[in-house]
Amino acid sequence: MPEEIIDLIRQNVIQGRLTKDDEGMEEGMAGQPGVTELIDRALASGLPIRDIIAKGLSSGMDAVGKKFEAGEYFIPDMLASAEAVGAAMEILQPQLASSGIETRGTIIVATVKDDLHDIGKNIVSILLRGAGYIVKDLGNNIDTQAIVDAVRDDRPQFLGLSALLTSTMARMGEVIQKLEEDGLRDQVKVIVGGAPVSEEFARSIGADGYGADGFQAVAVVEALASGAQK
Amino acid sequence: MPRNGILVSRPYERLHKEQVELIHRASMQILTDPGLLSFNREAVDILASHGAVVKSVSGAHESWHVTMSEELVLKALKTAPKTVTLGARNPDNALVMKGDEPTVYLITGSETNIWLDVDFPTYVNEADPTRKRRVPEFKPRRGTVDDLCRAAHVCEHLEMVDGYIRTVNIQDRDITEQNKDVNKFFASLNNNTKHFMSGLTSIKQLDNVVRMAELIAGGKQELEANPIISFITCLVKSPLQFVDDTTATFIELCRRGLPVAVSSSPQAGTSAPIKEAGIMAQINAEVLAGITLGQLVRPGTPLLYGSVPVRARMDTLNDSYGAVETSQYNIDCAQMARFYGIPNYSTAGVCDTKIPGQQSSVERLFSDIVVAMAGPQYLHCAFGLLDCNSVFCLLQAVLDDAHFKMIKFFLRQPRIDQAEIDAVLKQIREVVATPQKMYIGHIRPVLRSGEISGVYPFEGSGETDDVFELAYQRMNELLAKPVQHIDEKTTARIFEEVPGILPRLNVHERRD
Repeated sequence: MPEEIIDLIRQNVIQGRLTKDDEGMEEGMAGQPGVTELIDRALASGLPIRDIIAKGLSSGMDAVGKKFEAGEYFIPDMLASAEAVGAAMEILQPQLASSGIETRGTIIVATVKDDLHDIGKNIVSILLRGAGYIVKDLGNNIDTQAIVDAVRDDRPQFLGLSALLTSTMARMGEVIQKLEEDGLRDQVKVIVGGAPVSEEFARSIGADGYGADGFQAVAVVEALASGAQK
Repeated sequence: MPRNGILVSRPYERLHKEQVELIHRASMQILTDPGLLSFNREAVDILASHGAVVKSVSGAHESWHVTMSEELVLKALKTAPKTVTLGARNPDNALVMKGDEPTVYLITGSETNIWLDVDFPTYVNEADPTRKRRVPEFKPRRGTVDDLCRAAHVCEHLEMVDGYIRTVNIQDRDITEQNKDVNKFFASLNNNTKHFMSGLTSIKQLDNVVRMAELIAGGKQELEANPIISFITCLVKSPLQFVDDTTATFIELCRRGLPVAVSSSPQAGTSAPIKEAGIMAQINAEVLAGITLGQLVRPGTPLLYGSVPVRARMDTLNDSYGAVETSQYNIDCAQMARFYGIPNYSTAGVCDTKIPGQQSSVERLFSDIVVAMAGPQYLHCAFGLLDCNSVFCLLQAVLDDAHFKMIKFFLRQPRIDQAEIDAVLKQIREVVATPQKMYIGHIRPVLRSGEISGVYPFEGSGETDDVFELAYQRMNELLAKPVQHIDEKTTARIFEEVPGILPRLNVHERRD
């Protein structure tokens, strides 16, 4: 039954099961189809993409968020669910335009030049994908010009910059400066984060937002998307 | 099934084998020269009948000089049980202690005169009256039987407490020397289903206390099989003296085969040498003398090697449980008890400070960790105790339970074997091959298995320290939880057959 498939997608998002090999939270789930297999099945059944996203993926993530707030879920649980939703969105992406569904937006993320740390950036990427954004991850130790070129070429709504070192955080300011010089600053909202970064620092370099952790980063992107911030 | 203690498979030991032998030899020499002074006649007679040399000493109090040979001590040690079982009202709470196995049980105690209440008045910032803060204030008062009930109640629900030693001395107006024992035993046993240990105020009350225990256990034989109560006696006053009344109590307890902790508490600097070698040789001699006497009274009677050594404070000459050396002595004693194969009653967690706070946390946590690592079987770890052994604070007991969870987790066995290595090698290879190279996905299978330690339960949400407030909430939650009281029929029989118990302690007949 079509509704059953969507409900299974929702349940498997809550369980954080990407594929049939994942164990999930409850006994005996390994071997049952995970989110990616269920998405394939939903598409083959001709289910509306809008319903798959709204009633399956988003509804599942909402439930996960509530469990996290209640202390029932931990961050690894959130990430597993977000990863499953991100993978589902990747499968659905080719169908989105033809279905007339607008994506929530595209964000380019990168760790700045001379900084090899990427755990925080990776977590933010997973959470943003889980929230329904298209994420292009440039990686770590990315040259300022390469970041600016990616913004020019891909025209994302958001740019997320990460740095873990006090010696590399200044590169974030350089990226913003370069975006301005190249006339690209107005087309992209820049969010910064990383251990040494602060709200005050973000303001001082002209960033549009600052996320102290992955969850705040998603909240800031959502707020910027709805125009609540600068 | 007994409770699971903490098995310390590789206990921390400070003494080399040769040093253990040296202490043993020194203790044997002490028992022959200078020997002991006994103020109890019966002890002298028992020891003399087994070959100890006794000689009357002239003085204001009747006393005897006693020397005992190594042969006599070793013969007595042979009959001392190497495994001691302490039962409980709930048999699942029984404690099984093997002298050669460093499995640690965490026990409350000792008896304090002062009960510390806590309140949280609100203070207003003078410069900015809009800024207010609730600050904990501690108020000492004399302990009562109701306090003892509350402490037993909370300790029933504290997960890390394996056994209960009475925590507070009951000093109500209607408590006298004649009814103190029956009331402290009943208040504790009626509010706690774990093993209960106590000292005895009056030997005259022993029959009543034992009858109470028999009624709860289901009979005389049932009490022997499941000794829900045990006793602690400080028969030795350091240096090297058998005290008259507690020695009499000890002999009677041994005669009945009731479990007893033979406790000695010398203070390095005053009642024992300040040097580690000195206090160790002396306390070992004192405890062995007590064990020898007990085994001569009744071979096979269950005894614990009770060690409460402490160093003197140099500014007051009071006990300094917070002194680092105090922990060293206790660790040494755990090793000596293991050398003889007798379960060890040890001490940790007592602090010098009078109220909960940073000093209290530092002192108690330090000794709790290091002494637990030594693997004493019956660790009297001072849940809630402050100001050495003078003050009990229920809030502190709740805090102690939290840090013992950390210690228990810390002492668990490492899980490293070939299967585990194979599994993690597979995991490392898999993760390194992914673009993100993160192991987070592998956390989930162990997230709820108990393999990952939890966060500190009293962590505040902001930048203020909310530990006391959160622990206070927890304490009240525990007090609100029900306790399995002794059933109505048994309670009625206890009140019929055991005189002196305060009527207000009968929860089945209590009227507000």
